[in-house]
Amino acid sequence: MSVPPLDTAPERPVWIQRWSQEHARVLLATLGRLCREPVSTFMTAAVVGITLALPAALHVLVKNVSAISYSWEGTLQASLFLKDSVTPERGRELAQRLTGRSGVAKASYISREQSLLEFRQLSGFGEALDLLSDNPLPAVIVVTPGRELPQHQITRLLDELARLPEVEVAKLDQKWLERLYAILSIVQRTVLILSALLALAVLVTVGNTIRLDIESRREEIVVMKLIGAPDGFIRRPFLYTGFWYGVLGGFLAWVLVDTALAALAGPAHNLAGLYDSSFQLAGLSWRSGVGLLAAGVVLGVLGSAWTVGRHMSRYEPG
Amino acid sequence: MTDIVHFHNVSHRYGDSGAASLTEVTFRVARGEMAFITGASGAGKSTLLRLVALLTRPARGEVVVNGVNLSTVPRGKIPEYRQQIGLIFQNFNLLNDRTVHDNVALPLVIRGYDHRAIGRRVRAALDSVGLLGKERLLPLMLSGGEQQRVGIARAIVTKPMLLIADEPTGNLDPKMAREVMQVFERFNQVGVSVLVATHAIDLIKQLPHRLIHLHGGRIRDDEPMGFARPAAPAGPA
Repeated sequence: MSVPPLDTAPERPVWIQRWSQEHARVLLATLGRLCREPVSTFMTAAVVGITLALPAALHVLVKNVSAISYSWEGTLQASLFLKDSVTPERGRELAQRLTGRSGVAKASYISREQSLLEFRQLSGFGEALDLLSDNPLPAVIVVTPGRELPQHQITRLLDELARLPEVEVAKLDQKWLERLYAILSIVQRTVLILSALLALAVLVTVGNTIRLDIESRREEIVVMKLIGAPDGFIRRPFLYTGFWYGVLGGFLAWVLVDTALAALAGPAHNLAGLYDSSFQLAGLSWRSGVGLLAAGVVLGVLGSAWTVGRHMSRYEPG
Repeated sequence: MTDIVHFHNVSHRYGDSGAASLTEVTFRVARGEMAFITGASGAGKSTLLRLVALLTRPARGEVVVNGVNLSTVPRGKIPEYRQQIGLIFQNFNLLNDRTVHDNVALPLVIRGYDHRAIGRRVRAALDSVGLLGKERLLPLMLSGGEQQRVGIARAIVTKPMLLIADEPTGNLDPKMAREVMQVFERFNQVGVSVLVATHAIDLIKQLPHRLIHLHGGRIRDDEPMGFARPAAPAGPA
């Protein structure tokens, strides 16, 4: 049904203008209200910020470890030990063919004689080798996979190379890297689970703060309902309060993560230098930072909407 | 359509199965009329006004306000309905952390008026209750009578055709109570229908308005406007 107006309101502006003005008014009014209570506002924002900073920091950590492991991938080399029946010409031809293959950055042929020479120089068994009647070492093709190749494709490439008729055995020392990837995978999943739990913590924190706010303003809510304020009008300040807690918490989390990374950047660079690496700690990108802010806003608004929905109906004019 | 309020065989109970607060009440209030609902405590005065304000619903019968049968108003439309009437309470129901201006402006803010229109209407409303110049004060800085006049200004700022007041002078001394009643009469003189629940018989006996007397949830007397009322017996000095 529609309630016929007892009084026409000729001064009403158009709907969209009215809507945007009202939202802008409440947005600023709630910010003003929070600014008038700086200590409690900061405490809530700090809890939200620290809670958001933890998964964000872990995310950055995983990102940096992934970057390091990616650079290690480039140093991987597979050794293809050729059968004795493969002639040096055929071995060189095979190496040339493999170099042109997709996924292979480089393939070098090492003859049996070169292998023996290298072994003699590096092993220190030179005199013992003289006692051998024959060269026991096979010819080898050293294959360097392309840097862009992901882990599972490197494994597949190695399997394919091992099936070549000229190859006796193919070997890639990648177990340690597989273990690292497995650990990283667990850490990534842990970060996801932790993020979900901490998101829940933000919801509860904001929700509880808004609940206290609703209780302290219950008389105001009743008066508003008595004079005809729709539920949306009454809810709005509480939703915007949640919004501001999200913005402030997200921003604080961004600052905390960047500050922590700035403090760690120097020592990490020094450590990398000791391993002849130019690795530099990567911080939160603008995109991740904005994502952190957005996550704060979404959680803040959801937390307040959840609480407002549960508590608003408790206060009816009677 | 000449009635602003029409009660037709309205019965109401406290709670779902509680005692009857109103029993088969039928009356009409004409548009532009001022009427007092009177009776002892528990007679059903407040319940009657609560029914008009849609703060409760009848167990039986129909309440029609300005042609709208209130039993057809869904829950979601109640705020829109309440915006159309002016409500005044015994305990003022002002927001004490907001200025007089902001309290009076609240119904206009809810309805989405722009700030210039709000300023203009709030000044006019405060002027009509004699509080112009006190816009920046907080309610607790005012006397009880002034606070009630702020409540009246808030109720009339949207120019409703119906004002309902529940014991508006209950917390006021006789002088302030008379002033408040005079404010209601002034609004009634410009066409606003006014329905006032009060047990202050001494205050309203000299006023030339209709008086509906409730007793035990039923209408005992309905004295029309201009009815010659006997003087109330003198109380103890």
